[in-house]
Amino acid sequence: MLAKTETTRAPLGAQVLNFITKWGTVLTIVLLLVFFSIASPSFLTVSNLITILRSISIVTVIAVGVTISLTVDGFDLSVGTVATLADALVISFFVWYGWSTLPAIAAALLFSLVVAAINATLIVKVRIPDLLVTLATMFIFEGVALTYTGGGSISQGMPRLDGTPTFGTIPNSFKMIGQAPWIIIIMLVVVAVVHIFLNYTKHGRYLYVVGGNREAARLSGIPVNRYRTLAYILSCLLAALGGIMLAARLGSAQINAGAGYLMPSVAAAFIGFSVAGQGRPNAIGTFLGAVLVGVLENGLVMLSVPYYSMNIVKGAVLALALAMTYFRKK
Amino acid sequence: MSQPQLHTVAMESISIEFPGVKALSDVDLNLRSGTIHALVGANGAGKSTLMKVLSGAYNHYTGRIFVNGQEVDIRTPRDAKKLGIQIVYQEVDTALIPHLSVAENIMLDVLVNSMGRRQFVNWSEIHASAERVLQRLNIDLDTDALIQDLSLAQKQMVLIARAIAEETRFLILDEPTAPLSNTETEELFRVVEDLAYNQGVGVVFISHRLPELFAICREITVMRDGTVVTSRPMNGLTANDVVELMLGRKFEENYAKRPVEIGDTLFEVKGLTELNGAVTDVSLTVRSGEIVGVAGLVGAGKTELCKTIFGALPARSGQMLLRGKRLNVTSPHAAVKQGLALVPEERRKEGVLVEESVVTNLTAASLDNFTGALHFIRKQAERATARKVIADLKVKTPSEEQKVAYLSGGNQQKVAVGKWLIADADIYIFDEPTKGVDVGAKREIFDLIGQLAAMGKGIIYASCELSEILAITDRTYVMYDGRIVKELRTAETTEQEILYWSTGGK
Repeated sequence: MLAKTETTRAPLGAQVLNFITKWGTVLTIVLLLVFFSIASPSFLTVSNLITILRSISIVTVIAVGVTISLTVDGFDLSVGTVATLADALVISFFVWYGWSTLPAIAAALLFSLVVAAINATLIVKVRIPDLLVTLATMFIFEGVALTYTGGGSISQGMPRLDGTPTFGTIPNSFKMIGQAPWIIIIMLVVVAVVHIFLNYTKHGRYLYVVGGNREAARLSGIPVNRYRTLAYILSCLLAALGGIMLAARLGSAQINAGAGYLMPSVAAAFIGFSVAGQGRPNAIGTFLGAVLVGVLENGLVMLSVPYYSMNIVKGAVLALALAMTYFRKK
Repeated sequence: MSQPQLHTVAMESISIEFPGVKALSDVDLNLRSGTIHALVGANGAGKSTLMKVLSGAYNHYTGRIFVNGQEVDIRTPRDAKKLGIQIVYQEVDTALIPHLSVAENIMLDVLVNSMGRRQFVNWSEIHASAERVLQRLNIDLDTDALIQDLSLAQKQMVLIARAIAEETRFLILDEPTAPLSNTETEELFRVVEDLAYNQGVGVVFISHRLPELFAICREITVMRDGTVVTSRPMNGLTANDVVELMLGRKFEENYAKRPVEIGDTLFEVKGLTELNGAVTDVSLTVRSGEIVGVAGLVGAGKTELCKTIFGALPARSGQMLLRGKRLNVTSPHAAVKQGLALVPEERRKEGVLVEESVVTNLTAASLDNFTGALHFIRKQAERATARKVIADLKVKTPSEEQKVAYLSGGNQQKVAVGKWLIADADIYIFDEPTKGVDVGAKREIFDLIGQLAAMGKGIIYASCELSEILAITDRTYVMYDGRIVKELRTAETTEQEILYWSTGGK
């Protein structure tokens, strides 16, 4: 009752704060666009905007996966590792075994489900907190990926670590995935599909309900553990897809290539929370969160901020996003 | 030990209000050391509130408190402790730190409050002091043991030990025996009697179990609806007298139950036992159109029974039949599929999704009825049904899109019930459905349950409010200590009789 009377009186300060938490992300993107276009004339060009979209596409796909894990009030830290693993697998299938595009992608996605199965079992059955389980699997599969590649990178024509020469090639059809416009289209399709899935289907509704109040969901007859498992499977699949896009873009498998995507993905998902007053994890918000991070990064590069200082800014943006999410909850 | 000094506490015209409720009005209470004082009353009578006032848990009460004739100001737990007033709450786990040792937990207050400028802990001194306290209670417990490895009864002893580790004149025990077994209860009685009658501590003992009060208490105060009904020596009272003093007149007595023709047996429970024994060997039957009460005091196992039937708690043994067909209920999900519905006791924690809209709540248990191809939700149909339920149940909400968090308690409860109307179950289980709702909403919930019965559904109605059990059930089972101890025809019984069986009568 008390809270209600306060909102009807709604002082101007509170209204402004409310507006900022709702539209702060969009506002910040616009302000950054304006600022960078003034500061650097080559910023607001079609080619640079495409560059930004291309650069955020992998982050976005992985971040949408993180978003799904957040809907059930979980948290998947292993996404970066899954991306690394999928990257290593798909490239090895081409270079070491000479597979063609579709089977290689399908097999890489399928293998990544092992991680999902382990995550889900430990979280749902053994009841270890999500954060700790995925922290553990993050390390385990980082090691698995390194062991699989023999501790090195894989690229076309490069012999395997034991000296065996390789003859496989990376198909051009696969490399296409990593180029504009395809990489951007994949991202947009992922965002749209997940948005529809979360908001217009029964399963999406159940994911949110489980995340909102697990006990109430259980007592409504919703198979809670099944939906928590589903969330980890989807986040894993999207992380693997991100890893495959990464492989296509690089044309090789690098050591821990996916690790750098964890932080910006988490940032994007949390920034997305508050977009348009949703107050919960959502795909479109996550996309905008990724755009924000991408614009910031691109603009700072243009302003000649060195790459090694970039994490300061990205970390600060994450802190700000978290502050907005949690401050509002009070 | 020399003859302990006599201490007294006098509480004078204590009143306290919470939003919308006057919990205590003009309560007087006199306590003295060296005796055990029973404090009884039906649920919501104000016993715990009064003791919380005395132990400093509230600071917004009015009235005066005197200790040994001198007026004192008790506004924080620390004020109370300084005066030697200690309380042990029923939920022992909230007051203990599980991964610390017995000694550290006993000496916690000392460690927190009496360290002064000292920065280092003298562990041998802590263990020695804890050991002395345990000896005073005559309890054999290793001071190095971790709290998380102790039984519930042992944890309670640790809390009592903590209370008397500092100077204690008065010790308040809030329903200490509710979770204990018989032998554990006897052990507790030995400790408490020794403290009171040999060591001169004044003990206030809150309990619903009348036999045990008669066993150890010498004085009794009976409360009803936030006032003291009587305060007198225990001598000359019988259990029946106390029961009569506890009861009052309520709205339910004037409620006219809707007459419904009762049909054949619809639902049977046979020998149901919960995995940890919270429910033991329960058998009951529900006929179509029948409202079957499960009466019992708080902690008797009613909630556990409801949850075990619904598959929310694991069953060790027993079977359930619906229309003669055996059910296989291993989870709430399975229960719902087979025609059971539960409106749980903890509305905000278990019954509704406070952060979701009314429509999402209403269809949460039956979303399959509103999905089309590829499991897409047919939002139009979903909304139309939600609007119909809102109108039927007179849920006061600006729209079906309103967040449930913004509805009043009674309206939230209607949403929690409405969810199962759409799901169209055969058996409806209500666990304390009127908890925290006003009289108007209570009447509407009763009407609703009557309608369900008229539709031929089977109803299980669990409540510790005996007047409600009398008002709307056809037949009632009384639970005590996880078991059904008596089956009564509602028309032929009285509140006194139900209470007699609920308090362990034989």
